[in-house]
Amino acid sequence: MAGTDIIIHDEKDNVGVVVIEKITPKQDCDCWIMENDKSVKIQSMDEIPLGHKIAMTDLKEGDTILKYGHDIGKVVKSIKKGEHVHVHNVKTKKW
Amino acid sequence: MEIPKTFLGYKREDGRTGTRNHVIILPVDDISNACAEAVANNIKGTIALPHSYGRLQFGADLELHFRTMIGTGKNPNVAAVIVIGIEPKWTKRIVDAIATTGKPVEGFSIEGVGDIDTIARVSKKAQEFSIWASEKQREERPISDLWISVKCGESDTTSGLASNPTVGNLMDKLEPLGVHLCFGETSELTGAETVCEKRGKTPEAQEKFRKTWSSYNDFILKEATDDLSESQPTAGNIAGGLTTIEEKAFGNFQKIGGCKFIDVLEPAEEPTKGPGLYFMDTSSAAAECVTLQAAGGFNLHLFPTGQGNIIGNPIEPVVKLTANPLTARTMSEHIDVDVSKILSREMNLDEAGDELIKATIRVANGRLTCAEALGHREFVMTKLYRSA
Repeated sequence: MAGTDIIIHDEKDNVGVVVIEKITPKQDCDCWIMENDKSVKIQSMDEIPLGHKIAMTDLKEGDTILKYGHDIGKVVKSIKKGEHVHVHNVKTKKW
Repeated sequence: MEIPKTFLGYKREDGRTGTRNHVIILPVDDISNACAEAVANNIKGTIALPHSYGRLQFGADLELHFRTMIGTGKNPNVAAVIVIGIEPKWTKRIVDAIATTGKPVEGFSIEGVGDIDTIARVSKKAQEFSIWASEKQREERPISDLWISVKCGESDTTSGLASNPTVGNLMDKLEPLGVHLCFGETSELTGAETVCEKRGKTPEAQEKFRKTWSSYNDFILKEATDDLSESQPTAGNIAGGLTTIEEKAFGNFQKIGGCKFIDVLEPAEEPTKGPGLYFMDTSSAAAECVTLQAAGGFNLHLFPTGQGNIIGNPIEPVVKLTANPLTARTMSEHIDVDVSKILSREMNLDEAGDELIKATIRVANGRLTCAEALGHREFVMTKLYRSA
């Protein structure tokens, strides 16, 4: 099926990955959840390039980012639904 | 898809099968590189494997050096070996161990002779080996003679979503056929270590994994001067959208599919517990990791990349796949298998796994990989600590 802009690995993940060249602010995006083959929609707030993550919900400082259904780091600067999630607002819990 | 039961490989004296038929000129130490390269330049059909170490090493670091040298020579992709060292003792130790496979191997040392006479003497033997090896023919061999190692590099989020799961799909399909499989990258499982540990088939394998990972992590914590940003994940990983080591680890881990590992290997250690998946304790740097896996006896490597790592290996063909459509387009000369259609959902994982199996068998049969055609021969020894 064509027309997927964002792929979400697990249903409980709070981030998705952009799989087209880029998405632009205010773009209505089609998301596909791999785990259960469901589709959801989200409106982006930022320009986000291929491979980068978008927040699927509002996230506040200290929240855990879930991807693959697992903990992949902590929020260090609050993030709104539809915003770019990366090294500027998320850090590792490991090192 | 029906998976072929056989491939065309070179049967070796010890019963193993090579996917390649190399005659290698192996320097024991850094100062023997010049001789080895001169011989490989003289004699067509041979390749030199220059590297940076081999002097004044001691303890576990020296043992790893020997294991890597010996394992490289024993690898079934190697038909015959010339070993050149500055002095005869360490040279002989390597020659004798490689000779247990039954393949032709001869050692030379430079002290008391000098480079020029050594090059002349070695060239004569290398010519003999090269002509001898050139008559070896590929024959039909069981698919279970494939020993496949995997490692990803310059990963991005497309690796975790698609190219690594494609390798996992291949593992799920080939493991029941008796293929040996190997993954590594100890540090790059950080964040996924407890999930990975549970993939050990036995409590012993799980325990061994836990100890191996903890020891590597302790070493990183001891040496780290910052949060390792731009080292792990790398600047390339970050450009590709990977944010933390945990995210990278869970993506990395997709490469083993649903398989369980039967044992944990030391770096460059040969597996001895029969077919199935093994974890090898390795660095996550591409050339170091593949060099160790090749020395462990693996005869074909699968390398998923996101942003476009270009690595190859002198003896183990490295098949590269990517799910990143930009990389597939802009670095096509490095990509053997393009699975970017998974992201546009024009291809599913099962189909991608089948495509990768087909490519793997073609390469096992002799098709050159992109990296081979481009001359990538990264041979990088892992050094554990400073020399004495």
